[in-house]
Amino acid sequence: MKPFGYLRAGSVEEAVRAGADHPGARYLGGGTNLVDLMKLGVEQPPLLIDVGRLPLDRIEERPDGGLRIGALVRNSELAAAAPVRDRYPALSQAVLAGASGQLRNTATTGGNLLQRTRCTYFQDTSKPCNKREPGTGCPAREGAHRDLAVIGHSEHCVATQPSDMAVALAALDATVHLHGPEGEREVPVTEFHRLPGDRPERDTVLRPGELITAIELPPARAAAHSCFRKARDRASFAFALVSVAAVLEVRDGAIQYAALAFGGLAHRPWRARAAEEVLVGAPATQGTFGRAADAELTAARPLPENGFKVPLARNLTVGVLADLAARD
Amino acid sequence: MESTNQPAAADAQATAHRQPPLAYDARSELVLHVNGTPYTLTLDHRTTVLDALREHLGLTGAKKGCDHGQCGACTVLVDGRRANSCLLLAVAQDGRRITTIEGLAHGNDGADGERLHPLQEAFLERDALQCGYCTPGQICSAVGVLTEAADGFPSHVTPYTAASGAPMELTPDEIRERMSGNLCRCGAYPRIVEAVGDARDAGGAES
Repeated sequence: MKPFGYLRAGSVEEAVRAGADHPGARYLGGGTNLVDLMKLGVEQPPLLIDVGRLPLDRIEERPDGGLRIGALVRNSELAAAAPVRDRYPALSQAVLAGASGQLRNTATTGGNLLQRTRCTYFQDTSKPCNKREPGTGCPAREGAHRDLAVIGHSEHCVATQPSDMAVALAALDATVHLHGPEGEREVPVTEFHRLPGDRPERDTVLRPGELITAIELPPARAAAHSCFRKARDRASFAFALVSVAAVLEVRDGAIQYAALAFGGLAHRPWRARAAEEVLVGAPATQGTFGRAADAELTAARPLPENGFKVPLARNLTVGVLADLAARD
Repeated sequence: MESTNQPAAADAQATAHRQPPLAYDARSELVLHVNGTPYTLTLDHRTTVLDALREHLGLTGAKKGCDHGQCGACTVLVDGRRANSCLLLAVAQDGRRITTIEGLAHGNDGADGERLHPLQEAFLERDALQCGYCTPGQICSAVGVLTEAADGFPSHVTPYTAASGAPMELTPDEIRERMSGNLCRCGAYPRIVEAVGDARDAGGAES
């Protein structure tokens, strides 16, 4: 690891000012991904701006019935919070499906959203990688890509976004609150992560010096159920091969509302709008669920070693939606 | 290797009018409260809590296994919650209370004493180890598990219908899931699950 400076920010404004004044600096939250990447040499910031003690560690009720989650709420606290478990169970389940107990106690909400891909070429500085070092190429396309993207990828990058939490937030229509040198703004979580295109070095639409301050959830639909399900190589403590977050509202056998997002398939949480179009207004049957999954996954372009993800995503979708439909 | 992951062009634009980067101090003074004793240290910012414990304070109970947060051998308690000490920069933990395996037993001096923690007793009683390398991390992690369950933290295997906020019952499935961040290459897992169950029955969270 290269030597670096350390600055503990006393306020959001101070942190953002320091971030703007020091190019290449990184904000330090829990550090569970950043410190690891620094050990690997993937990240070499000259300065860490520690935002870990800023007063952004609260979960607050919003007047409209939504929930505002401070960027520094620990993953374990987020998953355990009563309003999250009671009203947004998919979010609690997604957080609990990721990492280990130790990591969830340390990792923050904002940091979880900014996790870098676990593509092995990205993490290995002896290998080319367009995301880590633009223009050097993508060995994953011809190499080890079993865990990587099947949809929305480009010739430059086939990485997947690793956060389970982000998948649930995408299905729940969450908004990311940002504070930067130019002021504050909000970005829907579905537009926060980018597709790789020809700029795979940019994971998100975050501008230089911008800091995540909170995630906001709109009011939960009273008559809907939500859940998160993940398929992985081990029963615990493994990244997703495919995951699904779903919100479903059924009345008299017909689907009133549906929101669906996939993880493990793409460079960002994949909100399945085409599937949702098939679902809404249709009868809540296995046939509908399968047709909805197919409508979305027809755009998939799997690589030689990860074609299994497409039927896996379809089966997970049908299973999750059938379980949610059976809860009424 | 000079590349970073920042959008370089946008970065340069945004900062072109600003001062060139300053030289940064690479070391800071900080205080870690370890097993009840405050230690003032001046450390290179790269020093993790694990390295501070092992190399600067002579506390070698926490082990360096993978050094990437994947094996759990370095697990300690920070302000009462378990964490991977290999991923914690010491400078960022300034002022925190850290409990290591050396601080779990109680004696007249409050640390490194004669009366073992119920989890240490249970691991001995159940012979829940072979080589012992992962054991300090397993035990510190299990201490965290008992507290988290008492505090109503759910897990991946907790039924969605379970009441939020209520203490969690630590079934063997719950123990296995909650301990999945601690690897044991000897494969002592069955005995580890039994030992944590014994400590649960003995009311280990209150000790």
